[in-house]
Formats: sequence, C-alpha cells, structure tokens
Amino acid sequence: MSETDITSKTMDGMGPGGTKIGLARVLGPAHVWGLGVGIVLVGEYMGWNFSVGKGGAYAALLACWFAGILYSCVAMIDSEVTSTVAAAGGQYTQAKHIVGPLMAFNVGLYLVFAYTMLEAANAITFGFLIDTVAGMTGHEGLDERPFIILAIMFLAWLNYRGVLATLTFSLIITAFAFVSIIVLFLSTTVFLGESPLRHTELMTDLPYGWLGVLAAMHFGLWYYLGIEGTCQAAEEVRSPARSLPFGTLAGIMTLLIAASLTWYVCVGLMPWEYLGQAGVPLFDAARMTGSMGLMVLLGIGTMFATLASANGCINDASRAWFAMGRDHYLPDWFGAVHPRFQTPYRAIIFLVPIALIFALGAPLDQVITFSILSGLLEYTFMPLNVILFRRKWPLNTIKRGYEHPFHPIPAIVLLTLCGITFFAVFLGYGSQLVAMLSFYIVVSLWFHFWRYRFVRRAAQFTMPWPRPQGY
Amino acid sequence: MADYIPPVQSKFGQMIDVIVLLALAIGALYMPLWLGLAGSAHTSNVPDNPTWESLGQNATMVEKWNQLGYTEAAEAAELITARFDYSFSILSLLVMIVVVVGYYAIILRFSEKEYRDVISEKFGDR
Repeated sequence: MSETDITSKTMDGMGPGGTKIGLARVLGPAHVWGLGVGIVLVGEYMGWNFSVGKGGAYAALLACWFAGILYSCVAMIDSEVTSTVAAAGGQYTQAKHIVGPLMAFNVGLYLVFAYTMLEAANAITFGFLIDTVAGMTGHEGLDERPFIILAIMFLAWLNYRGVLATLTFSLIITAFAFVSIIVLFLSTTVFLGESPLRHTELMTDLPYGWLGVLAAMHFGLWYYLGIEGTCQAAEEVRSPARSLPFGTLAGIMTLLIAASLTWYVCVGLMPWEYLGQAGVPLFDAARMTGSMGLMVLLGIGTMFATLASANGCINDASRAWFAMGRDHYLPDWFGAVHPRFQTPYRAIIFLVPIALIFALGAPLDQVITFSILSGLLEYTFMPLNVILFRRKWPLNTIKRGYEHPFHPIPAIVLLTLCGITFFAVFLGYGSQLVAMLSFYIVVSLWFHFWRYRFVRRAAQFTMPWPRPQGY
Repeated sequence: MADYIPPVQSKFGQMIDVIVLLALAIGALYMPLWLGLAGSAHTSNVPDNPTWESLGQNATMVEKWNQLGYTEAAEAAELITARFDYSFSILSLLVMIVVVVGYYAIILRFSEKEYRDVISEKFGDR
C-alpha cells in the first residue's frame, strides 16, 4: 500500500516524487466551498430560468431535482478521485493518470471551454444588469461593452496577483449573494406581511407535456454547473484529503437549497412565459415585491454572483490550460508560474481575449449552451473514469482521502442522466451539439497524430502509485 | 524498452499549434451562429387584436404582466405565444447517437493505446 502523503505542504506532486516549485498551498475548506459555490451560484441568478421556457414551471422544478441528483453523483465521484489525485488541472490530471493522454487532452479542453464560456455568460449578464439599472434610472441606451471588458480585465488582474486574495474575494461576495437569496425567500414568505407569491394562480400545466420535462434538463444543469471546479484548486489547498470532499459536498448542499428557494420565489411572482426568457430573473423577482430594499439587495447580489462566478472561472480555466502546457499537451510556454505571485499568469492572460470574443459577440443562451455542452461531455467522462479507477487501483491498493459509497450505482445513475441530457440538448440545440462534437473529434485526431509526439511518455504519470492492475 | 525522446518544437511551431487550436475552437463554436443554425426554432402564433383573455391570462397573470411593464396585451403577446418546436426526425436522432457514441469510442481506443505506452515506460515492460 502506498504511503504517499497527498497533504504535503512542501511537495506538489508534479514530477516523480514531487517538486518544490509550484503553486502556493494557502487555501482552506471555506475557500473550496467559495470557489465551487461562487462559480455556480450565478446559475440561480440567471440562466436556470431558460429551463422554464423549455418545459414550463413544473418541468423546471423536476429538472432542478434531477440535475441535483446528477451533480450529487458528480460530487461523490469527484471527491474520491480528487482527494487522491491532488494536483492542478483537476479532472484533466485524473484522466491523464486513469484513462489516458487523449482523454486527458479532451477533458482539459472541456474544462477550459466550459469555464471560459461561463465567464463570458457572466460578463454578458453583468453588462445586462448595468443596462437594466441604467434604464430604470432614466439612462436608456447605455453601451454595455465597456462594463463587460472592464469586469473581465479586473478579475483577470486579480487572478494574476494571487490565488488567496482572489478566492477570499470570491468567498465574501458569494456569501453575500447566497444570503441575498435567503433574505428574498424569507421576505416574500414571512416578513412582508401579506405574501406576494401567487403560485395557485400562476402555475399552469406542462405546456409541452413530458417531452418538455426532458427538454428542461438542458438548462437544469445550469443550477449547478461548475461545482466540480473545486478540484482545480487541489494543488493549492493545505489539506486536499479533508478540504476537497468537505468543500465540494457542502457546496452541492448549498446549491440544492438555493436552487429550490429560487424556483419557489420566481414562479410565484412571474408568469412562466416571461420567466422562461428573462435575463436577470432574481432581480426581476425582487422588483415584483415592490420593495426598494430587496431590489437593491438582489441587484447587488446579481452583480456579486456574476463577478464571483467569472472570478472562479478564470481561476479554473487558467489552471487547466496551465496544466496542459506543463505536460506539453499545449506549448510549454503556458506552463510557467509567476515568480512572485505563484500564479499561472501566462494562461490567465491568454484566455482573456477568448472570453471577450464570446462575451461581446454571441447571444447569452448560445454561450450558456456551449458551456453546458462542454460540462456535459465532462460529466459523461466521470463515470468511465471512476469505474476504471476502481478497476486499476482497487480500494486496498492506494490511499484515498475519501471513498464514495454504493459504487458503481452513482456512476450508472450519472451515465443515465447524462444520456437524458444529451437528448434534452438535442431538442432545440442539436446543431450546436453536432458542431461541438465535430470540433472535439477533429482536435482529438490532431492531438493523437500530431501534437502527442512532443509529449514525454512516462513523465505524464506523476502520481507515486503502484502499477495499475491489468497493465 | 528505450524511453521515448520527444523532438524539440520550435517557437514558431508552438505558435502555429495554438493558432490552429484556437481557429478550430472559435470556428466550431461560431459556425452554428454564422450559419443561422443556432438555437431552437421558435414558433409564435400571435392572434389578431390579442386580448389578455385570448392569450389565456387570468387576472393575477395580468396584474403581474402590468408590474413587469407590459400594460397592453399586444406588448406581451409575442412572449406569451412563443413556443419551442420539438419536432425531430428519427434519422437526426440516430445521427446524434452515432456521433456521441463514436466520439467516446475513438477517444477511449486511442487513449488506451497511448496509456499502455505510458505505463510500459513508467514501470518497465513485464
């Protein structure tokens, strides 16, 4: 049995046996929670409501719960593998050690595109909110673009300067955004005297029948998309075996609560036809209460949620890009760590213009779909990953920080729900699905037949584990 | 087995690789937008001279629309009547299934081949 100490504060696990030059280990479980929830909580402030548009209010609730089950499986599986493969790159590094280089390359790209598209969606929403507030105060026709650019540039600068400041900033604004949802819920149910919620009058039958419930799974993922980003910080937490499972599982519970409350308040305040197409639904919900205090609170909450999410996305996408550069899957120039701030600064800077291209040039629902599709491809990889992990290194062969229960049931459930979600995306967004898969097939061939020649073989396997069984 | 020594890639070659990858990514993501294939087909059957009643809205719904700034039924008619078109052909569904399954099959097959080389070099031949 391996006695590898994955909680080491001096060895980062990069080279065989680890090296002493790497990212700074400064984060605790609260930062992990802040990173995971911070990326995702914006999903309650915008985007989730498109599931109402695809299937109606009840369909969105069912999608919320089914997506909750999907993400619970993701969190369980991820916590086991990540608490063992504690290195930057998260699922990318897992795939490299468990499935193989081409899978790892694809997973790295899933991460980069899922997070970069999510970052672009956040910036679009930030600009839309500024425009809405400007319109309400008599400043019609505001140009949103400078605000979008400013938000992305500021957060990239923050990430460049250091991970501790970045994630502490995320932790604070995420907590504020979460508390805002709780305050809105309590205000509309308890504190405002007569409740403004009108579920009985506003709820309708399923407008598309049960097919709409399936279709709603597409945007149902948006309630939670990005929670798996906690493992990107694996190389920067002080105690991966404790912090990562705790932060991730606490995060998914937080999101389940926030998602249910958000749905309950919004469908009780707005007709589903409006809600299904709204840009900032929680801010709209606050407007509908008639309380200026709630409107200001949820306006700030929406702004903080978008900033926290974009902040976490820059953090995670850059870690994945950095890790691929370090392994020569991409030019090794990207694998550099800043000598003073100990951040992957070149990867951070390089991804800024890509986020801007999509934030300034594509519609919100399309950008969200691109992000969801990359996430979905990643979730489909996870059950294959954990099944191979348990087969190649059974429980008694290497030390795990956390062992998820009931294996392989979570993997089977996750694979089934991913299949359903592929069908949901196909209902309405089939051309994006095929275009994106075509891209991944072409770049996979490019990697296998061209790029992989620049990669050292044994050097990719950096975990001090025994030989996998069956090889 | 002798360890594999990768060739050293020139700076220019590295730059070309990044450009190729970015061009493919941006092309694939923007292609459906440029070709007008992005998003679902929406249908919207707005009746002539719509009223809140003809749009199926009860008194509470009308009150909420008013609060949202839609004081006339005609202003909200487009939103209320918009519907997704979920019709699809079995052939297109089969194409999607083949593409998804084929994609993972290719990845797993090539990955396995590469992975065996990695393990063989890392731990030595059996």
